[in-house]
Amino acid sequence: MKVLMFGWEFPPHIAGGLGTACEGIVKGLAHNGVETLFVMPSASGDEDQSCATILNASDVAVQHVSDTVEEFLDKVKFINVDSNIVPYVDPEEYFEAIEKMKREQTKETTVGFGQKFKFSGKYGANLLEEVSRYAQVGGTIAMQHAGEFDVIHAHDWLTYLAGIAAKELSGKPLVVHVHATSFDRGTDDMVDSRVYSIEKRGMEAADRVVTVSDLTRNIVINKYGINPDKVVTVHNAVDFSGRENLQVDRGVRDKVVTFLGRITFQKGPEYFIEAAAKVLKRTKNVRFVMAGSGDMMNRAIRQVARLGISDRFHFTGFLRGQEVQKMFALSDVYIMPSVSEPFGISPLEAMRSNVPSIISHQSGAAEVLKYALKVDFWDVDAMADDIYALLQYPALSDFANRQGFDEVNALKWNNATLKLKKVYESVVNS
Amino acid sequence: MKKSICLYFQVHQPTRLRLYRFFDIGKDSHYYDDFANRTILKRIAQKCYLPMNELLLEAITKSKGKIKLAFSITGSALEQFDRYAPEVIESFRALADTGCVEFLCETYNHSLASLISGPEFEHQVKKHKAAIEQYFGVTPTTFRNTELIYSDGIGKAVYELGFKTMLTEGARHIMGWKNPNYIYSNDFEPGQKLLLRNYSMSDDIAFRFSDRGWSEWPLTAEKYVEWLHSAEGEIVNLFMDYETFGEHQSSETGIFEFMRALTGLIAKDKELEFVTPSRAAAKHKAVGELSVPQPISWADEERDTSAWLGNELQQDAFNKLYGLEEKLSILDDPALWGDFGHLQESDHLYYMCTKFFSDGEVHKRFNPYDTPYEAFINYMNVLSDFIIRVNNAIAEK
Repeated sequence: MKVLMFGWEFPPHIAGGLGTACEGIVKGLAHNGVETLFVMPSASGDEDQSCATILNASDVAVQHVSDTVEEFLDKVKFINVDSNIVPYVDPEEYFEAIEKMKREQTKETTVGFGQKFKFSGKYGANLLEEVSRYAQVGGTIAMQHAGEFDVIHAHDWLTYLAGIAAKELSGKPLVVHVHATSFDRGTDDMVDSRVYSIEKRGMEAADRVVTVSDLTRNIVINKYGINPDKVVTVHNAVDFSGRENLQVDRGVRDKVVTFLGRITFQKGPEYFIEAAAKVLKRTKNVRFVMAGSGDMMNRAIRQVARLGISDRFHFTGFLRGQEVQKMFALSDVYIMPSVSEPFGISPLEAMRSNVPSIISHQSGAAEVLKYALKVDFWDVDAMADDIYALLQYPALSDFANRQGFDEVNALKWNNATLKLKKVYESVVNS
Repeated sequence: MKKSICLYFQVHQPTRLRLYRFFDIGKDSHYYDDFANRTILKRIAQKCYLPMNELLLEAITKSKGKIKLAFSITGSALEQFDRYAPEVIESFRALADTGCVEFLCETYNHSLASLISGPEFEHQVKKHKAAIEQYFGVTPTTFRNTELIYSDGIGKAVYELGFKTMLTEGARHIMGWKNPNYIYSNDFEPGQKLLLRNYSMSDDIAFRFSDRGWSEWPLTAEKYVEWLHSAEGEIVNLFMDYETFGEHQSSETGIFEFMRALTGLIAKDKELEFVTPSRAAAKHKAVGELSVPQPISWADEERDTSAWLGNELQQDAFNKLYGLEEKLSILDDPALWGDFGHLQESDHLYYMCTKFFSDGEVHKRFNPYDTPYEAFINYMNVLSDFIIRVNNAIAEK
């Protein structure tokens, strides 16, 4: 089995979690005997190619742009994108990425015959333009490598058009992979209609739609009107190979309860703060940390001050690299009170760092984590109860810690990609 | 009787905090950005304190002692001079030796203790008084509270600490029809005299001097003296930050030449004379009582305490800090008391101010943080470490 895969980024140069997930998938597929030809807009050459052949779209000259694709592309020529419409990206990083891109922006390239496009591969202001160009290159690659693959796999809306173009020009089946939808990025009435229409088109054109959770699967069925028969859930996994848990000298004697992620509406920061205030009414030997940044941060700070708990509730700002591990090492309880979360990889990382976790039922991770404590995001009383219990009853926290550690170690990409392989087989053989 | 001109300059430097992360809590109890404090102090010493002190010393000598003025120098500033620029203390001492300069008393750390705690306020006032005696060999007898904060109650507390003269703001909302160019008395303590800042004429120098959009620009000493002549009343109180000279108004604006000329003209004037605040109180009778039930200050358009305690961030930080007072009162650890003082500096709360619309420009100019939220987070991280230390010290006792 050979797959032509369209991604947007790949480690080591990543802005969010999509690249990390793609790497896990590619490695897992290799383990299961699937060869991958991985296409990305802007490869740097230092990507790990042991499990996949990486094709840099910026190196590919568009030779024969067929009428159908051109016509198709004309419909999607939108230019300005100014909201955060990519999965797993912190707003601060997004902002930095845009600023950096603006500085580095190369002069406008024209679409033409035998022309190479210089992709930024970032999440910049001309993202939609890049997405449509990426589709043309995708079609070209599909023709150049015809016969070298059996199935096409496209990750998230950024690559759906490329996937469609490749399908049209090669006749091979298409699988699209939904890591997040427009409904996880904004409220129902704030969905970016341009992105939504690309997502819908990709899902409709696909032979199978893979979602990262049943939660997302339901959104795909209900909000995009996709036939349930062709939507399959393959839960995310996480690759912990080569990772040692950090040993950190603790400065504070109190227990630490941590929230780590974007401070946005979807992540439910205000519920965490309310629960913290409730816990502090009953016990004093605990501190709460909100690590991250986002558009709700200032509101969160005001809420903390209004509740009069700012000597026990700390903000760290956005954490980078090693600081994230350090934060886990300092934590006794991890909490992810998300209002809407397609999957949510962070509790897996916390549990791997021996931190028992509380997650909301409204997250995809809740479907696979048996040993995380689960609450509804709005139920701050239950949240406070669970925090208190994990802090006060060692029997419970030891159990959650031990079992959780084993549980997340068992969530391997090798298993997840075996399911993916079966999805491939079902469309190739039909 | 000649009309009195009372000059008083405020000298203060905050002890700026370093970037203090959550990860530092419980591990590292050095809170201050020594590099920034040293760099800023040295720069202001070169641009303002040293040249302006020299200018004033020359002017006083030349006028044969007719030029008189007052300074209030906070303990926080004195500590920094001692550490980074001792020559500034020498130059203030030279001014003290002329006998023409009065040194006022205030809270040692430029704190807001008067708004929350009687005992801590008294402690800081006494500490400052002792510092002035130690550095300049004079005992202060006139009081100015942080940012000229005043109310009937604060005035009474100050009176009971032995200060019969106090400086405050001639805030429009409490003055009503009254003219700030007279001396008034405290509503509770008739024995306490109040000198009120003429904010309009003070700000003509402190804020508008170099404003080319101002209809009176350029301001000349002659023009200003004319205004002083025509000002109705017995006394004009010109109170401003000392950093006005050379820092807020750079030397290129001509502010030094202006002050040299202005002091010279007033010293020679037949209808005007310089007075120190204590001399003013002796010379003039109070024309009436001033009722100030709610605290006023010299800050912002509102002239109240909202620049420091106007939002929930500031209030929570303030309450958490002073919540430690009781515990500290049974500890005599000088390191803890030193940090408690520095954390009380009103500047830390000022950085958390969210009134960015009308007076935002002024706020921004003095703010090392990008946002009030950053200021709050950093301060609370420091305070959390401090709370741990206080609790540990209590546990060890």
